[in-house]
Amino acid sequence: MKKDIILCGVGGQGILSIATIIGEAATKAGINLKQAEVHGMSQRGGDVQSNLRLSTEQIWSDLIPQGGCDLVISMEPMEALRYLPYLSKDGVIVTSNKPFVNIPNYPDEKALFDELNALPHVVQLDIEQVAKDAGNPRGANVVLLGMAAKYLEIITPEQLREAIATIFARKGEAVVEGNLKAFDAANK
Amino acid sequence: MKQLLLGDEAIALGALHAGLSGVYAYPGTPSTEITEYIQNSKLAKERNVHSRWCTNEKTAMEAALGMSYAGKRALVCMKHVGMNVCADAFVNSAITGVKGGLIVLAADDPSMHSSQNEQDSRFYAKFAMIPAFEPSNQQEAYDMMDKAFELSERLKEPVMLRVVTRLAHSRAAVEVSEPKAENRLDIAKESWVLLPGIARRKYDELIAKQPSMLEASEGSAYNKRENSADKKTGIIACGIAYNYVKEAAGSEYNVLKVSQYPMPVAKIKTLASECDEIIVMEDGQPVAEERVRNIIGDTCPVKGRLTGDLPRTGELTPDCVAKALGKKFGPAFEVAKNLAGRPPQLCQGCGHRDVYTALNKVAAEYPDHRIFGDIGCYTLGALPPFQALSSCVDMGASITMAKGAADAGLFPSIAVIGDSTFTHSGMTGLLDAVNDKSNITVIISDNLTTGMTGGQDSAGTNKFEQICLGLGVEPEHLHVVVPLPKNMEEITRIIKQEIEYNGVSVIIPRRECIQTAARHAKAAAKK
Repeated sequence: MKKDIILCGVGGQGILSIATIIGEAATKAGINLKQAEVHGMSQRGGDVQSNLRLSTEQIWSDLIPQGGCDLVISMEPMEALRYLPYLSKDGVIVTSNKPFVNIPNYPDEKALFDELNALPHVVQLDIEQVAKDAGNPRGANVVLLGMAAKYLEIITPEQLREAIATIFARKGEAVVEGNLKAFDAANK
Repeated sequence: MKQLLLGDEAIALGALHAGLSGVYAYPGTPSTEITEYIQNSKLAKERNVHSRWCTNEKTAMEAALGMSYAGKRALVCMKHVGMNVCADAFVNSAITGVKGGLIVLAADDPSMHSSQNEQDSRFYAKFAMIPAFEPSNQQEAYDMMDKAFELSERLKEPVMLRVVTRLAHSRAAVEVSEPKAENRLDIAKESWVLLPGIARRKYDELIAKQPSMLEASEGSAYNKRENSADKKTGIIACGIAYNYVKEAAGSEYNVLKVSQYPMPVAKIKTLASECDEIIVMEDGQPVAEERVRNIIGDTCPVKGRLTGDLPRTGELTPDCVAKALGKKFGPAFEVAKNLAGRPPQLCQGCGHRDVYTALNKVAAEYPDHRIFGDIGCYTLGALPPFQALSSCVDMGASITMAKGAADAGLFPSIAVIGDSTFTHSGMTGLLDAVNDKSNITVIISDNLTTGMTGGQDSAGTNKFEQICLGLGVEPEHLHVVVPLPKNMEEITRIIKQEIEYNGVSVIIPRRECIQTAARHAKAAAKK
């Protein structure tokens, strides 16, 4: 079994933390993993993505081939569309539905959502609002992970919860609890 | 025990476990995390392994060579263009030879994710006539550090380890071993004095070692042959290109995986004799492809980047490799219609923004002005909304290009350079300008850190006024300002005044990078 995931968003939105949590869960479960990240110049408010490959078999390439991505997890709706050529025929997009507009030529939002909604497997949520409602306004990325949990399949939601507890342990009990709440709020 | 490590981290840990005594480096994407890992390593702290950042790649290379002279294992790390900066020391280190193992780590950036070119460091290894390793995955990167140190000490030559962005910045599980002890200090006197008479003898020694380097490659487990019944196409896959071949075609082809250089001549000849054609897959420039043609001549056709079977530029991808092998591949969905590019930009609240706001305001009064830029976050001043810069070439070039243009008669000729880039390679150019009394205005935009690579220490922090005065900048034409919107009137007045001064002026807008400032505030709050 394999799961090829593209995590994406805008620099600073916390996609690498999502990757770290999934990575911790996968490693603990003995699942093979390769995760290509983008560092350096593109961090500064530009588009960022990470190719995260999970498999019970050996993984060769650090990059996901076009048409091979099973799951796009996106902090921003236009960024989710950027990786369409990588999405497989039955691939799922899990995304925030709040545009992050920091460029003058951001597409027309209605046209953007029409295009997104026309795709076969798309799940959207106002992750920032859900994070706020769950009492953890800084946990939008963990809300997004909660949304994606049931599509990960190769790792269980419970394994992800354990990974959250491990990753945030050094920041104290309250932070762990806050992130578990954010995760649970969207893991339905 | 397995650990999840970035390629860069695997290199760092591999070096530490091989008994490293010092890493010498200047930050540069995608190599920065190697030194950072060592700086934060418990083992490195216990052993007091040297890991402080250097002023530039040349000082790093020379210090590493000095540590090797004293018998210890040293690592010097840089991004590919850093090889240009340290080239003098690097090439000559092959002539002096080494005592303690010396690894030169060059992190190439095909596709220029964070760089101004995609030069291939394997050319440098060939130019200096030393062996090079090119790992295909994180495990090999870890394992190769010890192997490379051993080879370096056996041949008494520096060894290059070449990686590309996709390995440097990709994570995978790595099986690690027990750390070895460091080498002891060895002060046995050796002459590395490259006076012509000695250099000629030493160069002959380097030439005489070439067969041993080739022998090491021919026998290397990293240059591995995979056999298949299909004798049509033979593949030579270098470094991570091997992964893309395996991804696209499994065990379908006869493959020679090359991860140690010089290229293994006998293995290449054997593959060519068994197949109807050879295709060379390599990430970077066609270094191996040219060498393979040179080795097998007309005996077998060779395909690669030079024949158009693979793209001439840019990094390899699983897609272009699959296409070159005639595999069915491709997207299920078209490129989205409602999509816009989202280029990186200066952070909101960044001091560089205020510098460009002020510069553009004053420069508008001088339609013939040109602003020469440099390498760092502030290069983003070339993009909207500022569009202030006319050039960005290499570290330090802002000052010297402004000088040359002023020599030619351009007025006003302005340079913008960051604090870390200034001490890296700007100081010598400023001395040229002072000695020539060039009519330039230099802005050293000082954010107290090396910002673009994530906030590493900057070598000249707290020393810039002294440096400039020491180089001969006149005190009345050296100004320090605080780049904030509220100071705009003062900053623009000083810029205008110094543009009007016929000679060298230096203005230092100084305000901490907001990223490191936030980090420092967080750390202070914890205490």
